Amino acid sequence: MRSVRQSVVCGRGTGLASIWRYLLAGLGLAALLVGILAVVFLTAPRSSLPAGPDVSRTKNTANALFVASFAPERGVVRQGELQSWLLTLKTKAGVPVEGAAIAISGGMPLHSHGLPTSPQATDYLGDGRYRIEGVKFTMSGWWQLHFAISATAGSDTVLFNVVL
Amino acid sequence: MRRLSRFLALMMAVVLAGCTKPDFSDAEKTTIASLALSSLPALKPDTTNRFADVPVAAALGSTLFFDQGMSGDGSVSCSTCHKIDRQFQDDLPQAIGVGRTNRRTMPLAGVARDPWFFWDGRRDSLWAQALTPLENPLEQAGNRTAYAHYIKKRFGERYERIFGPLPDFSGMPLNASPLGNDAEQAAWSAMSGPQRDAINGVFANLGKAIAAFERSIAPAPTRFDRFALDLATGAEPKGDAVFSKQEILGLKLFIGKANCVTCHNGPRFTDNSFHNTGVPSVAGLPPDRGRIDAVHQVEADPFNCFGAYRDGDVSACGELRFMVKDAPELVRAYKTPSLRGAATRPPYMHAGQFSSLDEVVAHYAKAAPSVEGVSEVHPLELSERERAALVAFLKTLAE
Repeated sequence: MRSVRQSVVCGRGTGLASIWRYLLAGLGLAALLVGILAVVFLTAPRSSLPAGPDVSRTKNTANALFVASFAPERGVVRQGELQSWLLTLKTKAGVPVEGAAIAISGGMPLHSHGLPTSPQATDYLGDGRYRIEGVKFTMSGWWQLHFAISATAGSDTVLFNVVL
Repeated sequence: MRRLSRFLALMMAVVLAGCTKPDFSDAEKTTIASLALSSLPALKPDTTNRFADVPVAAALGSTLFFDQGMSGDGSVSCSTCHKIDRQFQDDLPQAIGVGRTNRRTMPLAGVARDPWFFWDGRRDSLWAQALTPLENPLEQAGNRTAYAHYIKKRFGERYERIFGPLPDFSGMPLNASPLGNDAEQAAWSAMSGPQRDAINGVFANLGKAIAAFERSIAPAPTRFDRFALDLATGAEPKGDAVFSKQEILGLKLFIGKANCVTCHNGPRFTDNSFHNTGVPSVAGLPPDRGRIDAVHQVEADPFNCFGAYRDGDVSACGELRFMVKDAPELVRAYKTPSLRGAATRPPYMHAGQFSSLDEVVAHYAKAAPSVEGVSEVHPLELSERERAALVAFLKTLAE
């Protein structure tokens, strides 16, 4: 592009014919550039990114003992703030799981560090819903929260991915 | 013919002007907007300090902050290291109070937004932080009964107008503290429970007044913020809001390939967390393990959020309640410092290990292993031109 402008500027004092010659050459180069860019864009794969982690908020626990849902209590995820989330546990038949003991761990798999806080299940709200307090995502990226669940029906684990 | 050639020249000028305009993807624009000072929310109330937003308390706190009487030997104030005309820091690799400390003085702009204080987060509120140097023998080197006596003598009336009547000091030792020398500790042990509690209450109030003052110290808009605002609104940048090609490259690297924004995120350029980034130790200084040792200190602090001197209810104590206590990554982990104003306040890191931003960038590119624990930083291929661009961008946060 810059060379085109220089052509124009340099050509200005040397007569009309030479301006046109330079302009033509410039336009030719520009057309070539457009052509190359078009080829690059058209032949690029549709999705160059690998498929991201499964970010579904409801899933079966690892041994399919429970169906678990994990969602922020106030609906939105805010980076850098302590937040409460709700872990909802039901059996396959849809019966709320009560009296579960829940241990929470997690971290950022690509950064090889754990969670910046130690979230805990602090309250049972009924209908299989457990309040998980102290959740904090300090940076954007791929986070994992791992729940070890122990209830009368048995013990199981579930892993939720959260991508910010 | 001439008209056509003039038209073509004009078209080319338009195209060329477009080429020099910064070209950011939507994702980049979102990140840049998240870093701008305009996206900083209003400062939240501190319910653990009911004087946090009381102007007379802040005024007393300001007096105390600059008062050298607030030290064991009358020679050191908060402002000795937190210098008002130097971003409230002292330009030294390690702070010098009554003695020489092992840590770099932190600047104070926006400090009231921190969840943790000091490089290792060994305090959990601004007012509890303010108390700590007062009794550190290397900083202000005083003791809490001496401070209480001093306040009564020097600022008694001002104190009582804010906090209510001072306790009866009769029969209380002049020098006593659970953290002092042997004589001071012995004197503290000899005091009754109510006496100790009364002194602790006065002492906590001094911290609350100083914290009220410090809440007013806020970061100022920079060239970067003017640039970001124009980028967000689509306005044509003018004056110093125009970024050079080098500064734009630096910004793109900062939020892209160089991964700086991973930790230096949000309008304060910090995630308020602790990381081991392989910063070397300093010969001659005592062993320093960072966050892992601070966990026990903040838990043991009688002025922490769970303690008796907190105002408001315990719901404000989430950070302490859900604190990570024993993860391996806490070893030699230090707080992510804000980068606002950093370019004009070398040296860098928790003990002033690096004397220039060039050294800082070189450290993160090289990603040397940590002397203890594991560094979270991965090596990065950065050309000379890219390193210089990162430094150029960081300077826009200090202009």
